[in-house]
Amino acid sequence: MNDTTETLSVDTADMPPDPTLTAAPTAMKNARETPEEAGPGVIETKNMDVFYGDFKAVADVSMNFAFNEISALIGPSGCGKSTVLRSLNRMNDLIPTARTDGEVLYHGANIYAPGVDPVEIRRRIGMVFQKPNPFPKSIFDNIAWGAKINGFKGSKADMKDLVEGALRQAALWDEVKDKLNESGLSLSGGQQQRLCIARAVATQPDVILMDEPCSALDPIATLRIEELMLELKENYSIIIVTHNMQQAARVSDRTAFFNVELDTKGQRTGYLVEFSPTDQLFTSPKEKATEDYITGRFG
Amino acid sequence: MTTTAPEKQTRDYFPTEDEYQKLLGRRTRFGHTVRLTLLLMLTIAVVGLGILLYTIIDDSFGLVAVINENEPEDILAAYGYDPATTTLNDLNKEQLVEVLAGSVSSGVGRRLERDQRFFEDRLVFETQEKWDEVCASDDPPAGCDGGVRSKGNVVDLVQERVIRPDIVAASGLTGSILNPDRFKEKVQQDFVDNPDNYEPFTYEDVRYTWRAWFSWKFITSPASDRPEIAGVRTAVLGSIWLVIITVLFAVPVGVGAAIYLEEFARPNRINDLIQTNINNLAGVPSIIYGMLGLAVLVRILEPITSGSLFGEGAPNGRTILSAGLTLGLLTLPVVIISSQEAIRAVPNSLRQAGMGLGATKWQTVRSQVLPVAIPGILTGTILAVARAIGETAPLILVGAAGFITVSPSGPFSQFTALPIQIFQWTSLPQEEWRHLAAAASLVLLVLLLTLNAAAVLLRNRYSRRLT
Ligand SMILES: Nc1ncnc2c1ncn2[C@@H]1O[C@H](COP(=O)(O)OP(=O)(O)OP(=O)(O)O)[C@@H](O)[C@H]1O
Ligand SMILES: [Mg+2]
Repeated sequence: MNDTTETLSVDTADMPPDPTLTAAPTAMKNARETPEEAGPGVIETKNMDVFYGDFKAVADVSMNFAFNEISALIGPSGCGKSTVLRSLNRMNDLIPTARTDGEVLYHGANIYAPGVDPVEIRRRIGMVFQKPNPFPKSIFDNIAWGAKINGFKGSKADMKDLVEGALRQAALWDEVKDKLNESGLSLSGGQQQRLCIARAVATQPDVILMDEPCSALDPIATLRIEELMLELKENYSIIIVTHNMQQAARVSDRTAFFNVELDTKGQRTGYLVEFSPTDQLFTSPKEKATEDYITGRFG
Repeated sequence: MTTTAPEKQTRDYFPTEDEYQKLLGRRTRFGHTVRLTLLLMLTIAVVGLGILLYTIIDDSFGLVAVINENEPEDILAAYGYDPATTTLNDLNKEQLVEVLAGSVSSGVGRRLERDQRFFEDRLVFETQEKWDEVCASDDPPAGCDGGVRSKGNVVDLVQERVIRPDIVAASGLTGSILNPDRFKEKVQQDFVDNPDNYEPFTYEDVRYTWRAWFSWKFITSPASDRPEIAGVRTAVLGSIWLVIITVLFAVPVGVGAAIYLEEFARPNRINDLIQTNINNLAGVPSIIYGMLGLAVLVRILEPITSGSLFGEGAPNGRTILSAGLTLGLLTLPVVIISSQEAIRAVPNSLRQAGMGLGATKWQTVRSQVLPVAIPGILTGTILAVARAIGETAPLILVGAAGFITVSPSGPFSQFTALPIQIFQWTSLPQEEWRHLAAAASLVLLVLLLTLNAAAVLLRNRYSRRLT
């Protein structure tokens, strides 16, 4: 276990330099040393709207995700949680119709500003998708590829360590250590999801976005992933989407509740209801809608 | 009230048990009928293709009626061998060369010797002085490079040059097996009806032998105006050259264009227009591509296609390069479209996964999308190239040579191709050419099968690596 934390605690300074966000690493370090709730977070959205074509999927989202915290996004299906998550690392750019208005600040810089390379944003803000999507390559290559394309400088042995460390963290090592050369697609759904988590962790991003990472996992693997999140929190900031409110309550420091409402044109637009410290949101929510949702009286 | 409601609904909307059983029977029977109909369609397809293959094979082998200008027995007797106990094959090489030298003119003999020597240690037709002179010249003949004719080769020469068989009639495979007598009667009848055609020979001179028109010798012999010795070497080599140029041009350009259109092009008006045009080009008849090839490649780009720009000496632009590029252009739209389809079939989640790790678009396409798309790209490409091999019309337009015996030596050579050869042979009146055309078709089919097999192997290797 010690080995793995060592491999993973390679400082971001080892990674290729950061042309657009030059102030980021230092700002990040300072912030990590003194995590402060009130100050600017690692990611901050300001009046963010996301559209798919003419359809406004989420409206006016302003949130501040703190450093080294786990933030959970909850809410009914279709309220735009995945949409919000994808906007945070410009994955929505891959959907031709998608458009994001407003600002998303990462270490204080707007990631939608002209001249910002989304490739770099996604390298800093990693993502685990709602549906497992391993590459049709070997388990080993699934993890090694992300490191390689980002300029991994280590030896072959270092790469092996990196892969093993990532797989251990994702609680998959014991299941796959004898078949690292088999296709990632030969794994079960839950194993595939953990492989995707390992893959994201292995590139050592700054923030990790996870879209329902445990929806296909059994309780033991879920627990292991939750432990992983708590472990990663030391060095990373994590934002997860979950439908499991116990999970949100167990792992997250803050929870955002999203809801969806019919607007005047009859569109179902999602919006942020409240974003509070988790214990507060689950014990004394500010909004009636939140209370209804968490007590199961929703809809 | 509340408990009867669902029951009532069942009665209203779904059939009763009896009705259901009847319906089920009908549905099952209908399914069977559909299955039989589909089977029938498959049978029609198989029978159709089977008949095609049968016709080709039937004409490629069979009995032939031959008149030898000199009977082997007479030759053997003339040289003092006993025809009752020896055949040509029993003679050794020295004896065979003696027979050959006794029949061919010294000019022909010298030419044969310059093509390839008969013996390591001595010359038969040439004098040593002349040989040295010829071999020291700027353009020495092939025979100077060493290598000697084998005994089999000399037997063939004796066959061709001394016995000089003339095929007067040929029969298909089925007829030869089932009813050889009918064939013989027909030949005999023709001797009775048109004796002038066979002067000075009579039916007594006719020999019947089996002949495989499709043989290794057929594939390796150059074209000839005598069906007995004509082969398809020139055409096969021409076709292979054409395939190579077509593939070298159409595959990189086509796949590249497909990748751009699928992965990088934004959906704007210009790209839509390009896409529509590509789709339409795929349906343009091949002769139009031939006209394009003639106008642009053969005429306008003549300095390039004739090779004169590079110091090569083709007299005009009617070269392998022009034809290969024409076929390349012809296959291009199909390669683009099928590659696009293969690329489009790659799930988007893979692109997201790649880009989500901080890969650039190209890194993602190169390492994640293309490996998955390659089997599909190969399938489409091979079908397109296979079509191109069989194309005749555009080759005629860009000037495939009607009759050449010189094997193509590079992209700037004149050429002919298998479909052209087949086309020409089928347009000749004598029956023998039809059999040669069938055999050439068989060669074309074998060439296609080889190509397909190679593509399937390649594809399987890729697919296996993925799963
Ligand atoms: N690619 C897309 N194109 C168009 N509309 C989309 C697209 N993806 C999502 N939407 C729409 O945006 C809205 C929000 O979808 P989203 O996937 O963000 O919901 P979600 O909160 O993640 O739901 P779930 O909990 O079921 O995953 C939905 O109405 C959905 O139909
Ligand atoms: Mg979702």
